[in-house]
Amino acid sequence: MTPTTALKEWPLWEVFVRSKQGLEHKHCGSLHAADAQQALQMARDVYTRRQEGVSIWVVPSATITASAPDDKAEFFEPAADKIYRHPTFYAIPDEVGHM
Amino acid sequence: MYTQALDLPDGRSGALKAVAPPADADQAALQARFDARIDADGRIEPQDWMPDGYRKTLVRQISQHAHSEIVGMLPEGNWISRAPSLKRKAILIAKVQDEGGHGLYLYSAAETLGTSREQMQDALHSGRAKYSSIFNYPTLNWADVGVIGWLVDGAAIMNQIPLCRCSYGPYARAMIRVCKEESFHQRQGYEALLVMMQGTAEQRAMVQDAVNRWWWKCLAMFGPPDAASEHSTQGMRWGIKRISNDDLRQRFVDATVPQAKVLGVTLPDPDLKWNEERQHHDYGAIDWDEFWSTVNGNGPCNKERLATRVKAHNDGQWVRDAALAHAQKQKARALKEAA
Repeated sequence: MTPTTALKEWPLWEVFVRSKQGLEHKHCGSLHAADAQQALQMARDVYTRRQEGVSIWVVPSATITASAPDDKAEFFEPAADKIYRHPTFYAIPDEVGHM
Repeated sequence: MYTQALDLPDGRSGALKAVAPPADADQAALQARFDARIDADGRIEPQDWMPDGYRKTLVRQISQHAHSEIVGMLPEGNWISRAPSLKRKAILIAKVQDEGGHGLYLYSAAETLGTSREQMQDALHSGRAKYSSIFNYPTLNWADVGVIGWLVDGAAIMNQIPLCRCSYGPYARAMIRVCKEESFHQRQGYEALLVMMQGTAEQRAMVQDAVNRWWWKCLAMFGPPDAASEHSTQGMRWGIKRISNDDLRQRFVDATVPQAKVLGVTLPDPDLKWNEERQHHDYGAIDWDEFWSTVNGNGPCNKERLATRVKAHNDGQWVRDAALAHAQKQKARALKEAA
């Protein structure tokens, strides 16, 4: 059997699909492609074989900046004790009805 | 399409060792946080800390699953040019294309764990990595294509539905996508067999022959009995595996018996019968020696499948190189024009 020759890997792209007009693009997966055009074509073949989308974005994975999981406490905790930001924090008399 | 036994050790790696105790207090805290999240049925995402054993198990299981999807294109691919009608050909092409897509979703999920596509492909092509042994059997007649859809994909669905709740987020999300598409695979196979069963006596005999050859191999797809399954307990603890091999196998048998009746075929097991007390079907003993022999490389098609895959990969090298060269040229040109 012939051994596999060394493969130069194509860069990784993240794929976002808008399922229909009026909805946001949503992350649906990733794929390897040589360039943006090819990434779009492959994303169409891989992620929209059953009319799952009307628009696709592809973004080089390497360009995404993510929040670090270790900072989760400092980064997101400050919102935890601000329950007055939610409508249910406020008691309104029943006779007011829906507000 | 499939997993089988879900998590077999690869050629070199051997059995999974017990998880080593955390080295220091920091590690212990991380481990405790991980355990708490697993116990609360939470999800683990790529950036989260995870024990090495968890990561290794997932890389092995997800990559084996991906390899199975890719190699699984071959037995059915054999019949694309010989499908009995244009409609069946279009359906089969769509199904085989889906399998390629499933392989890609799964390779992508495995890559989030820090392994590369190249490493995984190399493991497959060099014969170190396992894939579902069901693909090491030949597809001898057109009814085999129907039976693969009905029984092999049916068994795969049974295995894969619980994986949609796997504790590792990217794997679970990939499986949700796969399961949505898999239902078409099973139904098209069953329907193709229904049509054959309305045909001539010879066509009906082809269906029965295919069922006879695939039935036991499908039961073996669920992996070794629980008592002999070395990875199952740890996999259950980690929320990777949700339902045991034997339980899944039983569900598959119970679901398939009425389908076989409607189709008008018999399942080739004299011991298969309803057990009123258990409220399940009893079934005969599986030939595990034959299963392990195939897993270990001695099935009828192991060498051919791997050789076909390696050839396809090597024959496609110039396409990958050309696409990369084109992309680099376009990039250089754009930079030059901007300057």
